[in-house]
Amino acid sequence: MQPFTRIEAIAAPLAMANVDTDKILAGQFLKTITREGLGEKLFWSLRQNPDFVLNRSPWNEAKILVTLDNFGCGSSREHAPWALLDFGIRAIIAPSFADIFYNNCFKNGILPVELNETVVLQLLRLASDPARAQIAVDLENQLVTPDGGPSIRFQVDPRRRSDLLNGVDEIDKAIQQASQIEQFENQARSIAPWISPIDLQLAEAQ
Amino acid sequence: MEPQPRLLFEKVWDAHIAAETGDGSVLLYIDRHLVNEVTSPQAFEGLRVAGRSVRRPDLTLAVADHNVPTENRQAGVSAIVEPESRQQVETLEANVAEFGIPYIPLESRRQGIVHIVGPELGLTLPGTTIVCGDSHTSTHGAFGALAFGIGTSEAEHVLATQTLPQQSARSMLIQIDGRLGQGVTAKDLVLHIIGEIGTAGATGHVIEYAGETVESLNMAGRMTLCNMSIEAGARAGMIAPDEKTFEWLAATPLAPKGETFEKAKTAWRALRTDPGAQYDREVRIDASQVAPMVTWGTSPEAVTTIDGSTPDPNAIGDPAKRSQVEAMLGYMGLASATPIADTPIDMVFIGSCTNGRIEDLRAAAAMIKGRRVASGVRALVVPGSGQVKAAAEAEGIARMFIDAGFEWREAGCSMCLGMNPDQLTPGQRCASTSNRNFEGRQGPGGRTHLMSPAMAAAAAIAGRIVDARSF
Repeated sequence: MQPFTRIEAIAAPLAMANVDTDKILAGQFLKTITREGLGEKLFWSLRQNPDFVLNRSPWNEAKILVTLDNFGCGSSREHAPWALLDFGIRAIIAPSFADIFYNNCFKNGILPVELNETVVLQLLRLASDPARAQIAVDLENQLVTPDGGPSIRFQVDPRRRSDLLNGVDEIDKAIQQASQIEQFENQARSIAPWISPIDLQLAEAQ
Repeated sequence: MEPQPRLLFEKVWDAHIAAETGDGSVLLYIDRHLVNEVTSPQAFEGLRVAGRSVRRPDLTLAVADHNVPTENRQAGVSAIVEPESRQQVETLEANVAEFGIPYIPLESRRQGIVHIVGPELGLTLPGTTIVCGDSHTSTHGAFGALAFGIGTSEAEHVLATQTLPQQSARSMLIQIDGRLGQGVTAKDLVLHIIGEIGTAGATGHVIEYAGETVESLNMAGRMTLCNMSIEAGARAGMIAPDEKTFEWLAATPLAPKGETFEKAKTAWRALRTDPGAQYDREVRIDASQVAPMVTWGTSPEAVTTIDGSTPDPNAIGDPAKRSQVEAMLGYMGLASATPIADTPIDMVFIGSCTNGRIEDLRAAAAMIKGRRVASGVRALVVPGSGQVKAAAEAEGIARMFIDAGFEWREAGCSMCLGMNPDQLTPGQRCASTSNRNFEGRQGPGGRTHLMSPAMAAAAAIAGRIVDARSF
């Protein structure tokens, strides 16, 4: 996973609440077997409108998205963050995110930043002005800084922060605890022996 | 010292901590990993690139459901006309062969939607942890399992380690008491709840549904309720197991048998929230006040009762909210402040992991009463699994649907999402028993009204949205 430390880039305003992952990447584009190339399908229905913000300069170069509550609700499809990343988005600022989408962002080097609604509304106004749409997002110091300041501090879980700063491979980390996992499995087998291997032949026989 | 009282959720959570990671998180052990063809190809590719294997293929089950056509099932993969869809299913078949994962092929009589097949097989057990790269994994919480949707990177993590790094969730009790009215179902109940708490109302929380109404629901109804927890933003929905749960399991091929089953039941009876345990949030619902529900907008929270109306944007003070309601009404092609009843429909979809079980099809068939699908309306009935299909055919329900002019299909996700040939065309309006009414969800430009199976069947016959109670 690519690390995230600090970016300074154009922020695109998307003043919509409850943007679902179907809207971010529609079902007809889920039939891929790779992670790449979804950027041009991002927000497909919205982008049919030439005036949609991501179709216009300077926001067609945006690396930051500023949006409203519950961004990424609905389907668990990781294709949504893949499409955002492929377009170039590395940070998303919103008052709140849906859980699965929030997780999926961290796995792909995208930083979701939660800030209170008043601040987000201010950032939306700034991002709507092409001359003031530049924002810095600094994970190391947990700061969002609009062009001309002042900086706003954000909270992020320490484990997620450090994994993202270092681009950690979580699977490698877990594999280092393989002996503990094995010990747990042996214990669990004696406590709950009914959680048995899946035997489809047994089901077919009945 | 007395043990600390614990919630149902905490009991399942605590029993699955395989390791502490030293940074406030745990590695949560996963008992069942369900895999579909859409969200898994990149996970298997990730394993290959890193040279990793699947730690516990024997705890993994693969089923293709999203891309699967609902006609000509015996032709198997060759019935999938769309090359990209076929490639996803073929990729899944190659991956399960390479990694030795149990797989239910398209031709199997047990094939279907993974969230319907798992409980049918008896793989969904109380007190287990279940994940799948699909948000409606919450369905399995109806058995007292902790079940939640994950992304593809997380699926790769589970394949490689059988664990997930997790932080604990907040807890929410939804206490539901009172008797549901005649013709009011679990679907209406969950739409009512989402309407009350909102589509982000349970974000970050694991919901426990409890109360006399929940106890009175059969397992199908409980699955419908838990299924749509994600539509309220919840990480998971759970219901404490009881005798109904055990009865269901006793009839499945893969649940424990004999002495093991008796031992398991003893353990499962302790899977309930202890007196004195505290939830982070509590919501109370009076089931007697719930009416048949219909969504009018493009979010499951945009819902009203069958005797209700679309909202009036002019009455909404908050300008952001107002423009959102205007946009939804515009997309749906509906006038403001107008009764939802009598809205004409073009299509009907009865099926999905929300409402594709035999009990749902029975409720829909009961609306027919010798009548036919209205002229100009197409109505699809898609059983959730091969087993549901066989049961409906044996009971004569399938014949009732066919005689009334419904299309009787093979199992699959079908028209719940636009990934297989069953789709709406732009502007078409559908009465649907599925779970999401997002823009374009059932096909680009399609308009979805979520409702119960009885309400959808009544709409098919009337050609418009009607109150199934007086139909």
